[in-house]
Amino acid sequence: MSTDSRIDTSKVATSNGTTAATASKPGPAGSLASWADDRLGLATAMKKNLRKVFPDHWSFMLGEIALWSFVVLLLTGVFLTLWFNPSMGHITYEGSYDQLRGVGMSESMASTLHISFDVRGGLLMRQMHHWAAAIFIASMMVHLLRVAFTGAYRKPRELNWVIGCLLLLLGTLEGFTGYSLPDDLLSGTGVRAADGFLKATPVAGSYMSFLLFGGEFPGESIIPRLYIIHVLLIPGILLALIAAHMLLLVYHKHTQWPGPGRTEQNVVGFPMLPVYAAKAGGFFFMVFGVIAIMGGLMSINPVWKFGPYDPTKVTAGSQPDWYMGWPDGLLRIIPTGWETVIFGYTISWNVMLPILIVPPLMLVILMLLPFIEGWITGDKRDHHLLQRPRNAPTRTAVMVSLMTFYGLAWAAGGNDIIAIKLDLSINQITYFMRVAIFLGPLLAFWITRRWCISLQRHDNEKLLHGYETGIITRSPEGAYAERHLPISETSAYTLTARDRDEVYSVGSDTDAAGVAAPNSRSERLRARLSSWMYSHNVQKPTRAELEEAHHHAEHEAELQAGLDHPVDGHQFDDHRLRDTDEVPLRDH
Amino acid sequence: MSNDNSSTPKHPVNAPDGTPVPYDTHVPTHREAEPIADPGLPAHTWRPTDVDPKAEKRAERQIAAMFIAAMISAILFVVAYFSFEVGDNWDTFAGLGASTITLGLTLGISLLLIGTGIIHLARKLMADHEMVEMRHPAASPQEDRDATVQALNDGLAEAGIGRRPLVRNTMIGAVGVLGLPAVVLLRDLAPGDALDIDKLGNTIWEPGMRLVRDVVGTPILASEVEMGDLINGTAEAMFPSEENGYPELHGAEEQAEKAKAAIIVVRMDPDEITPLEGREKWTVDGIICYSKICTHVGCPISLYERTTHHVLCPCHQSTFDLADHARVVFGPAARPLPQLPLAVDDEGYLVAQSDFTEPIGASFWEREKL
Repeated sequence: MSTDSRIDTSKVATSNGTTAATASKPGPAGSLASWADDRLGLATAMKKNLRKVFPDHWSFMLGEIALWSFVVLLLTGVFLTLWFNPSMGHITYEGSYDQLRGVGMSESMASTLHISFDVRGGLLMRQMHHWAAAIFIASMMVHLLRVAFTGAYRKPRELNWVIGCLLLLLGTLEGFTGYSLPDDLLSGTGVRAADGFLKATPVAGSYMSFLLFGGEFPGESIIPRLYIIHVLLIPGILLALIAAHMLLLVYHKHTQWPGPGRTEQNVVGFPMLPVYAAKAGGFFFMVFGVIAIMGGLMSINPVWKFGPYDPTKVTAGSQPDWYMGWPDGLLRIIPTGWETVIFGYTISWNVMLPILIVPPLMLVILMLLPFIEGWITGDKRDHHLLQRPRNAPTRTAVMVSLMTFYGLAWAAGGNDIIAIKLDLSINQITYFMRVAIFLGPLLAFWITRRWCISLQRHDNEKLLHGYETGIITRSPEGAYAERHLPISETSAYTLTARDRDEVYSVGSDTDAAGVAAPNSRSERLRARLSSWMYSHNVQKPTRAELEEAHHHAEHEAELQAGLDHPVDGHQFDDHRLRDTDEVPLRDH
Repeated sequence: MSNDNSSTPKHPVNAPDGTPVPYDTHVPTHREAEPIADPGLPAHTWRPTDVDPKAEKRAERQIAAMFIAAMISAILFVVAYFSFEVGDNWDTFAGLGASTITLGLTLGISLLLIGTGIIHLARKLMADHEMVEMRHPAASPQEDRDATVQALNDGLAEAGIGRRPLVRNTMIGAVGVLGLPAVVLLRDLAPGDALDIDKLGNTIWEPGMRLVRDVVGTPILASEVEMGDLINGTAEAMFPSEENGYPELHGAEEQAEKAKAAIIVVRMDPDEITPLEGREKWTVDGIICYSKICTHVGCPISLYERTTHHVLCPCHQSTFDLADHARVVFGPAARPLPQLPLAVDDEGYLVAQSDFTEPIGASFWEREKL
């Protein structure tokens, strides 16, 4: 049935017509397709792709949220450009918002207020745009975690993982350039901090700052320049990379979870036309709808409350948008005084480390993960079946460790908010974070790995001894035992549908003539890492072990002979309320 | 799975177009038998909507109802658009304007109903038979690879670039040097004098210039500064008038000077001040003045704690002790706030003895040289 594109639709939606999906005469669609194919020759590509199969799982929807929120960003963004004036020209605000009328501000701030208070639906679109941006970045991050935790980044998908990481970087930059545009006090403070970051760059920093700002900070060029970066440059690259991301997805075919009939060689699921087209298309409307309701009901970035930018002013609790929070947190917990002067030149480690060194380094580490893993395992096979996080304990632990680092840095970025809300000392929070940022990830790694390995053990228990029924029986000798029942064949197969881990080992360091083998040092490192990654893992039972365990279970069942029905926990008491043999409780 | 082929007996090894698909050749041969054989795809079960005409009709009605409700909601959007004013009544309802809320709700509900309607349609009425498609290796067939490498080699050989290093190297050089115009073109991002980074080394302050309050621009009488007060100030030149004779500032220049001239002025008990060597005469009766711009990344600092003389930057919490030459007592900053030497003019107003003696604000590479 694998190749049968004419599926059994005999009973499906009879109102659609009983001969659905069997092509007969070319209808209007057929004529149009012929017309187009005469000119474009797309039929060869389309015949496979129109009915392309996509596997189903809720976690495959996370990337879709990112995709659709990007579309919402494009739509709402175009609307905003119709009124927004990216100019730093100084004018006096004369619009509808009473509290700022008569106040001097830049034209970009004034036009933002105009969109918010004098254009119907303007505030809705502004808030939808901002919420969509937050959702775009959040869903990219969660999608990234899904891909990493399930090992979907393994061969042949490493390059798509790299593209995804670049999308996350660009999305973050796009967010920063976007929320800086209104030229309000909060975003202006962020831009000034960004100027400080540029100036901390060795050798060229001051010139980079002057060139970006068109002279000394703040100048009159930064908003128009950020604008063109925000509406043309980055979206253009984003679109190109998203297209590449999707093309590779189609080319590789989507990964799937292992299960009965689902192997490395096939993909099982619903066809693009009609089911996936409808589901994905419908989901676009749902994402759009949720964002519209958020934009209507939830205030975000109320720039009128912050007022226009003034380089001599700042608000307490100045925070960047949440996705910029983690480098900001690192910036906050650097100990006092990390600056050196060498030959009269200043090197600001206190800014370079948390902003210019660690975040790019983290991005590079993230992008290299599949390559590092591939090198350690030496695995050159294509992988299309996903792994449960527990079945790759070290990878899962590394990811949780990175998440912990991110989370702690992010929390440090809100140390002032935490101090106020929880009535704590900001100094003590900061001291705590300086230590936790190193210890937390290590602790998280260790806990996660042990946790995964325990879960693997639990899976093996289920395979060998069945699942825990919760029924406690007492033997005539007075010993208590919990009754286990075998799991279904489907579950059992799914649990065993994973590879056995193979620890890479080096052969002899030297060849017969006693000459050191080339690369033996890196090979030894590889063997050590492989052993570190895999040697603690629990492997699935062998067929012999399973048979042995089942034999044992049968023996136990024999001991309970005399019971003419499954143990239900009420064999030895007087609480049998009904005759289970005759009246099933539930109709399975 | 050493018995890979036999574990998927239910699926002919064919692509949709009928051509045979080779199995992944990378499957290791030494793996032992899988503990449980693949039971194959479970049998398809029909949904209620497939077998019960009533359920099918009900689903149809539900979907149509969603689409009709979506139309109504979209029309309500239009009604709301023309019914509610925006303007200054932006917080009439739940802190938001009636217009924004109704537009958001009607648009959102309409979109959600279309979405749920389509997905309901897909789940209830469209065929739900899972299909199986065979995968192909991402790599091209070996003969294609060989042909491509051959074509590449043939092409390069015919081009002859490899045999003519002079041509090759000068060509690479020519394209490389083209980078220069590309970079140089960006020079005028900050045209002419605008790229003069020496400006970072000085501010608008000059000897005898009065300190003024930053919003209203009124000069500050030394005798009027209360103990424990923190005054946000700036240079009088930021408020040019015919009276004080400072030239008008415009646009970028005004903003840049404003960003550098900001100061904080406090008065504390003179005994509490531990002046740095050489700065003993920079204060006036316990009145002391510092740049307001944080030496970390340049936020204006603002939170003053009177009892400790500490001032805190709200951006990254660098804390400076104003009694002790604004030494950094906490947070990521590395240097004290630059101090402005103070004096009093004949009318009793606070004035600067000179400009700051070091660049203000965030650190930069050439800082010590300016």
